[in-house]
Amino acid sequence: MSEVRTEEMVLNMGPQHPSTHGVFRVELVTDGEIVTETRPHIGYLHRCFEKHAEHLQYTGIIPFTDRLDYLSGMNQNFGFVLAVEKLLGSEIPERAEYIRVIMAELNRIASHLMMIGHMGTDAGAITPVLYGFRDREYILDLFEEVSGARLLYNYYRVGGVIADLTPGFVEKTRKYLDYLERVLNEFDQLLSENKIFRGRTVGVGVLPPKVAVDYAVTGPNLRACGVNWDLRRDEPYSIYPRFKFDVVVGREGPGVVGDSWNRYWVRVQEIRESAKIVRQALDGLPEGDFIKAPKSIRPPKGSEVYHRTETPRGELGYYVISDGTPTPVRVKVRSPGFVHISAIPAFCTNMMVADLVMAMGTLDFVMGEVDR
Amino acid sequence: MREWGRSLAQTMHAPEWVGQVTLMVIGAVAVFLIMALAALAFVWLERKVAGRIQSRYGPNRAGKFGILQTLADAVKLLLKEDIIPAAADKSLFILAPYIVFVATFAAFVVIPWSSKLYVSDLDVGLLYIAAMGSFVVVGILMAGWASNNKWSLLGAMRGAAQIVSYEIPVALAILTVVVLAGTLNLRMIQEGQSGWFWKWYVFQSPFTFIAFFLYFVGSIAEANRTPFDLPEAEQELTAGFHTEYSGMRWAFFFLAEYGNLLLVSLVAAVLFLGGWNVGIPGVPIPGALVLVAKAVVLVLLQMWLRWTLPRLRVDQVMAVCWKYLMPLAFGTLIGAGAWKMLFPGTA
Repeated sequence: MSEVRTEEMVLNMGPQHPSTHGVFRVELVTDGEIVTETRPHIGYLHRCFEKHAEHLQYTGIIPFTDRLDYLSGMNQNFGFVLAVEKLLGSEIPERAEYIRVIMAELNRIASHLMMIGHMGTDAGAITPVLYGFRDREYILDLFEEVSGARLLYNYYRVGGVIADLTPGFVEKTRKYLDYLERVLNEFDQLLSENKIFRGRTVGVGVLPPKVAVDYAVTGPNLRACGVNWDLRRDEPYSIYPRFKFDVVVGREGPGVVGDSWNRYWVRVQEIRESAKIVRQALDGLPEGDFIKAPKSIRPPKGSEVYHRTETPRGELGYYVISDGTPTPVRVKVRSPGFVHISAIPAFCTNMMVADLVMAMGTLDFVMGEVDR
Repeated sequence: MREWGRSLAQTMHAPEWVGQVTLMVIGAVAVFLIMALAALAFVWLERKVAGRIQSRYGPNRAGKFGILQTLADAVKLLLKEDIIPAAADKSLFILAPYIVFVATFAAFVVIPWSSKLYVSDLDVGLLYIAAMGSFVVVGILMAGWASNNKWSLLGAMRGAAQIVSYEIPVALAILTVVVLAGTLNLRMIQEGQSGWFWKWYVFQSPFTFIAFFLYFVGSIAEANRTPFDLPEAEQELTAGFHTEYSGMRWAFFFLAEYGNLLLVSLVAAVLFLGGWNVGIPGVPIPGALVLVAKAVVLVLLQMWLRWTLPRLRVDQVMAVCWKYLMPLAFGTLIGAGAWKMLFPGTA
């Protein structure tokens, strides 16, 4: 009797697939349900951000940065204005610095809430994502109050922010942070301590620290691998050195260092740390101007700058070159999601399709910044 | 029923078979209506329950409390374009939803709603229900294969493996009750549990109590619901075996799923929770109502689980079945037999 011939099946996951989080396509070579090889493909959400930037004045570029990573628009704004301010060497009022940090950290909380919720969805529990949306909604309300927008804020300006905090903002934010504390405990009960959820994430998609560093993985994904690196502490920008917070690092415990569980857990803890920072910033919030706009934004001819900040997804770098006109010659974005996606083939092999979904979901990429 | 058929034929002055056939048709229509209405009601209930669990309202636009929402959706599905993929195996593709639907539908026939109200009083009723449950696998495999879609195929393979595996602990749990009742007839099983509620089989011995748990877990898996909803695992397989289905064909799968939900709950209520017996002698509540109420409680429990728990992975589902449920089920069966020998009076 002749042997039964078997062959590997090439599966095409995406660009329209419920768990690729946007228009991401990945080719899977599968042996039954085991994925033996992954080949990521990008480019379905390309909007020529970098080319646009070459034809716009500096302030005009800011709203485009929102659209890079639409889950953390504030952080994207923040990085860009910091880069331009570095070019100009401009001073920023104290109050503006505090407002910027408050917004950036609140946005980090909102972004991580989304990620935690979607982790539940990836695991098959549909409820957590709605809790995530519900709790993010309060932050969006706060943002709407100060910036007028709920998703694409266009709030930061070179020299400060576009508008001052509204009356009552501080109290509302404090109240929300108290509420958040309780909600996070709820998340812990629903997901973090759930046996099925742990069964699905512990030891799944382990990203070894060496591979992570080789691929330049950053942000919570890197910290989940046990690498203690956070730009807010190690390469401080703005007024971060004034605040006390812990850098959360992946640990052995229920999970293995670098696995999906730790990538999830680091984000849960980072929400708590961000809440700490926001509280300190609210306490120290000084009176004064919220913007000191430069007369004109024309960085000296030939000057260039690379400035990187810690966004909820990792290290976001802006490389800006000026030729002395109000329009930059070149703006290059180093987006964390792009790097994380390129690392997928390196560690997502020999796992079940279901595990791949968890491993990719925990990388928490947003296609907007990957394709730019 | 045969008697009724004869008398019906006499009043109509027709040969006996006419009466029998008429009754059969009436019975079939009644069962179909029960199943369809139950599915409509459960879909609405599930959406409401899910809404409340997720701190939303759920449907509240069509009719009072959104009660007409499912009806509106059904109409929408009926009016939808029926798409058959070009590369699909056409005849199998068309046949599959009917097999799944008919299997679930046919199982309802033997459910006795009260001591007098039943469609068919089959002596091997339990065996028949188990057989119909396995029949669903054929339809699921057919759907997955005929769609000519790799995701559908993966879903179908998962479904087949899962349903076939979980049938064994479920069958063993059912057998535990059969050991006590000494019959496969669903009506007789319920009659054996009349009287006070401690006469219900779930309270008859520690083993039947475990068997009830085993049956409940196994039946969730057989009905493909979270945490065992692997065949249609949305995040992994888009929609599993029914990815390519749309319109009314898809609705048949949906209807069968909710029919199945009611079916497994009804069987659990009949086998373990006394069926139509109120549990307190002398309380005049119609048996059918009692049975349905018990089933609805179990359905609500399954909904609660579905909207709370994540999903297991394929290998974990299999491990749960073969490593834990199976030995436990064998243990309970042997234990129940021993219990019956030691305390012959209890049941």
